Amino acid sequence: MRAQKWLMTILATGLAGATPALSQTIYPINRAEILEGSRFDFKVEFPNAPTSADVKVTINGKPAADIFGKPTAFTQNEEGQKHSALWLRGATLPAGNYVVEATQGANKATVKWEVFATAQPRRAKNVILFIGDGMSVAHRTAARIMSKGWEEGRFNGELAIDDMPNMALISTSGSDSIVTDSANSAHAYTTGHKSCVNALGVYCAKNALTLDHPKVETISEVIKRRSKMTIGVVTNAEIEDATPAAMVAHTRRRSDYNDIVKMFYDVKPDVIMGGGSPNFLPKTTPGSKRTDDLDFIAQFKAAGYTIATTKTEMNAAAASGTKKLLGLYNTSNVDGAFDLRLAKKGSVAKFPDQPDVAEQTRAAIDMLKSNEDGFFLMVESGRIDKYSHSLDWERAVFDTIMLDNAVKIAKDFAGERNDTLIIVVPDHTHAVSLVGTYDDERPGQLLRDKLGTYADSKAPNYGPLDADGYPTNVNTSRRLAVVFGTYPDTCDTGRPFMDGERVPALKSADGKTNVANEADCTGPLATRKAGNLPFDANSGVHSGDDGILTAMGPGAEKFRGHKPNTYVFRVMAEALALGGE
Amino acid sequence: MQQPILLARLSRRGLFQGLATLAFCEAAFADEAAAISFDGLYKSFGVLGFQFSDRATSLRGQEVRMLGYMAPPLKPESHFFVLTREPLAICPFCQSDADWPVDIVVVFMKAVTPMVSAGQKVAVSGRLEIGSAIDAETGFVSQIRLVDASFHVA
Ligand SMILES: [Zn+2]
Repeated sequence: MRAQKWLMTILATGLAGATPALSQTIYPINRAEILEGSRFDFKVEFPNAPTSADVKVTINGKPAADIFGKPTAFTQNEEGQKHSALWLRGATLPAGNYVVEATQGANKATVKWEVFATAQPRRAKNVILFIGDGMSVAHRTAARIMSKGWEEGRFNGELAIDDMPNMALISTSGSDSIVTDSANSAHAYTTGHKSCVNALGVYCAKNALTLDHPKVETISEVIKRRSKMTIGVVTNAEIEDATPAAMVAHTRRRSDYNDIVKMFYDVKPDVIMGGGSPNFLPKTTPGSKRTDDLDFIAQFKAAGYTIATTKTEMNAAAASGTKKLLGLYNTSNVDGAFDLRLAKKGSVAKFPDQPDVAEQTRAAIDMLKSNEDGFFLMVESGRIDKYSHSLDWERAVFDTIMLDNAVKIAKDFAGERNDTLIIVVPDHTHAVSLVGTYDDERPGQLLRDKLGTYADSKAPNYGPLDADGYPTNVNTSRRLAVVFGTYPDTCDTGRPFMDGERVPALKSADGKTNVANEADCTGPLATRKAGNLPFDANSGVHSGDDGILTAMGPGAEKFRGHKPNTYVFRVMAEALALGGE
Repeated sequence: MQQPILLARLSRRGLFQGLATLAFCEAAFADEAAAISFDGLYKSFGVLGFQFSDRATSLRGQEVRMLGYMAPPLKPESHFFVLTREPLAICPFCQSDADWPVDIVVVFMKAVTPMVSAGQKVAVSGRLEIGSAIDAETGFVSQIRLVDASFHVA
């Protein structure tokens, strides 16, 4: 890994044989693809704090300021650190290929950018981007078995997310690591740039403050700046969480929730729905998580938004022709489909009237669709990931079925219009796999005795489906065996967790290592497993496996083969013709 | 179950402090402190904020005791920890309060005290503080605190 980085730096600087350890760093980074006319911050960092006379920055052989048509600013010892920086905030470029060279003494760093135009006329009126957070192949397969049924090797129906004409493998790596997080991966979809773990709408430079890093424009900002399209951001995670935040945010640290709420207010997507209300409340309100007196409920109201806190209020708003809605349905994440329907655990008792993602999607489309200039809607089923972290696969698969129902609503809307691009994609995957069925009738006393593989992997005997395609009982005698490839010390039970989301491990008193949750270690089939993750891990981790994207509508034909996640932004920008000044 | 390991790790000073704390809280529990539950703290609990119960308001500034679960501690010994209604296994990022449940109670102890493992049920006694506060040292935002507190495993 280190050797590879070293090699890449050598290649990037074109200085084989020189010491690459302290080279100049240029943002946007090498091989960036930049939408023509989109705003970005240009920054070059020079090690060892040289003066401006000691350095030179050119783009296509000319001074950078000439190419941008704006002066750059040079700061020696930026923020008192041991580097100097050259900045141009809010740069734009016309389409073309650019070679950026930063020279410091004998060292020269070089990056190449492609600034791409988008063809006119615009091909899509609407774009709906569905993100199944962490959704992997096994989630889809298990959802298909659970929701459509399986007989003699065939499924009794197709998922809406599968039944789409175009498909691609999407790789999700960040600029800093093979396996990334939901902030950086969603950022790739909403900006078209590769960045690093925990970053939203910024490159990861040396700046001390999280909001100071070099920014790139999000698709919401491009749309608001260039068109009269309306925008929706819908999730069942907290609205400040990584995926929805990627629509509006610019921060090096995804946990800057209070700042992210302000960024939502600055961009003002027309429909905003999710959990995470405490960061909207002034600190004087009990239940607030803010550190200031800003009241974003009042501010959104003053900006013409209807506020909804329940499904009933959401549906009433949509029915009454509301065009701007702030829907906050939980102080934390909205409960997932498994708890809303079957187990009634989580916070269902506290918040008994929460919408699910499918209901949110229907209401959002109703509010956005009347705009003659079209809309951009991002919908996240956010807890597929969260439940996969907690190794609670039934809950993750129920939320995959929920995503499928949401996509069905979008497909029904798109119908024969042929003006709506629909994309369904995970932001990254988990190491999860379907390996057979657990059958309580099999002989033996141990969980592994109950596992039927190959010829013994018989169809599960889940309860009948409800009207929305969810099994009404999964705690049956023959159940799918879905396993995770990464885990802390934990105990497997081979059964769904009816008393609340699985807690695989607990932090020990030293605050560092994690130990199996003994509550799961005493049942009849409980099986203790030694973890295979570093000791500081308390749950499963993301995988670097590719994710599957499916798509339909104008522009969808571009999805085929294998593409980087940044390509999703490019297809959406091209379908909406977002390039140009 | 973790106790022997913990005691073995303690410095002599830490051990004395821990014992002193335990002794104190036994005494406190017997006498003055009024018990209050997580549910008893609130009159209403909604998306747009909650209201403290009349009982919580009337106990403001007084010695109370509460049962709850110790959230994943940041350090083996600390002067503060987070008390949660349900066992909370995961310390989300352990860097920010962004992901904590909204109804946490922050416990500031009389002295630096050895923590127990996450998810342990603990009985805490301390003076009830109500209203938004930001801890100067950690930047942690809280609405309800028990200060000058001590605890023992319940
Ligand atoms: Zn995740």
